[in-house]
Amino acid sequence: MKTYPDLVICEHCDAVYERRKLGKREVASCTACASVLYRSTDLNVRERFAMCVTAAIAFLIANAFPVVSVNLLGLQSQTTMWQAAMAMAKGDVAPIAIPTAAVAVLVPSFQIMLLIWVLWFARTARRAPGFEWAMKLLEVLRPWSMVEVCMLGILVAVIKLAGLLQVHPGPGVWATAALMVLMTIIAGRDVGQLWALTRPGPGSPAAASPPNPATPA
Amino acid sequence: MSDTGAARAHELGVIGCHVCGIVCDDVLDEHPLAGCPRCGSSLHRRRPDSLRRSAAYLIAAFILYIPANLFPVMYTTFLGSGFASTILGGIIDFWNSGSYGIALVIFVASILVPSVKFAIMGMLLLTSWRGSDWARPQRTRLYRLVEMVGYWSFLDVLVVAIVSSLVEFDALSETQPRVGIVFFGAVVILTMLSAMSFDARLIWDDKHE
Repeated sequence: MKTYPDLVICEHCDAVYERRKLGKREVASCTACASVLYRSTDLNVRERFAMCVTAAIAFLIANAFPVVSVNLLGLQSQTTMWQAAMAMAKGDVAPIAIPTAAVAVLVPSFQIMLLIWVLWFARTARRAPGFEWAMKLLEVLRPWSMVEVCMLGILVAVIKLAGLLQVHPGPGVWATAALMVLMTIIAGRDVGQLWALTRPGPGSPAAASPPNPATPA
Repeated sequence: MSDTGAARAHELGVIGCHVCGIVCDDVLDEHPLAGCPRCGSSLHRRRPDSLRRSAAYLIAAFILYIPANLFPVMYTTFLGSGFASTILGGIIDFWNSGSYGIALVIFVASILVPSVKFAIMGMLLLTSWRGSDWARPQRTRLYRLVEMVGYWSFLDVLVVAIVSSLVEFDALSETQPRVGIVFFGAVVILTMLSAMSFDARLIWDDKHE
């Protein structure tokens, strides 16, 4: 089947455009529906890889240390995002613990691991083993990653409890703030560029399909 | 048919992969099960059963939105006295205690965003079903708005989780999540699934397509 790497189709209205090289901070958008087709990126593969490693460190700190601690008449209590999700895992509300743990901890951690995996190989323009699978999974995970909502949730919880108890932000909250910024940089829609920046290896659909199948040109 | 003259994919006999975005020849008439030559995902001109799936998720979310607002989301005991709070009750508490900003943030995330989502998705489904050519660019913008802000509604679930994990001082004070939060979480997830299943290109298709 013939492919047209120089064309781009607007995902919101199906209009077809020819790709153009963009200058710094330029955005190509659809003239019919104003949807963003693609944007220039300030990050090359190596920089994105470095950002992912940074994000992995921020993720570990954000989840190893409490995000909030409270004090009531000398009694201490503190929580991480994982413990917060697990606090839901009792009684008749238990089912909600699964999506809570997913959006706050599991999905971001999978995203970081998958990105590090594909980017490690992409640095030399290679496709990682399982590249297609990893790219598809990243696409599925993206809408369910909610570090920024967690950040706002922590702030709201702090204010909510400040009237009743002594509340202190924990060390995890600063790492969560950093992670929030890093995730928007590394895990955005422009991850799709990696398709064009890497060469298919043996065993990928692109390599497996015959060069000229019986289809109209 | 776009208003600006840019050709649409079916007019050129090409198709874009939903997953990786590559543009390739549309051979679905000869090979209905054709896969993407780059990523291997199955190719579709439009998301399969887009309107039906999207409507089903939306209706399910709408039904669950009723218990999500009626049942308490949290139960708090403080020095012997206990009280249950609903989503709206929590917002009113914040407002009465003078935290207007926070009251507004939760009101937007928990009440306004879901309501606006129901209205916009319902309108998009109805107009796309009828193949309406009314305000296509604006309707596409509304769809993007729903996609962009939808997940912020999960805020209340995370707040309840954090608060109930922190306030565990046995007899002194305790906070427990209550079943309303399960319904509310389900509403958020279902409305997100509704928006994801909706194929915005259907806004631009005429009835006969």
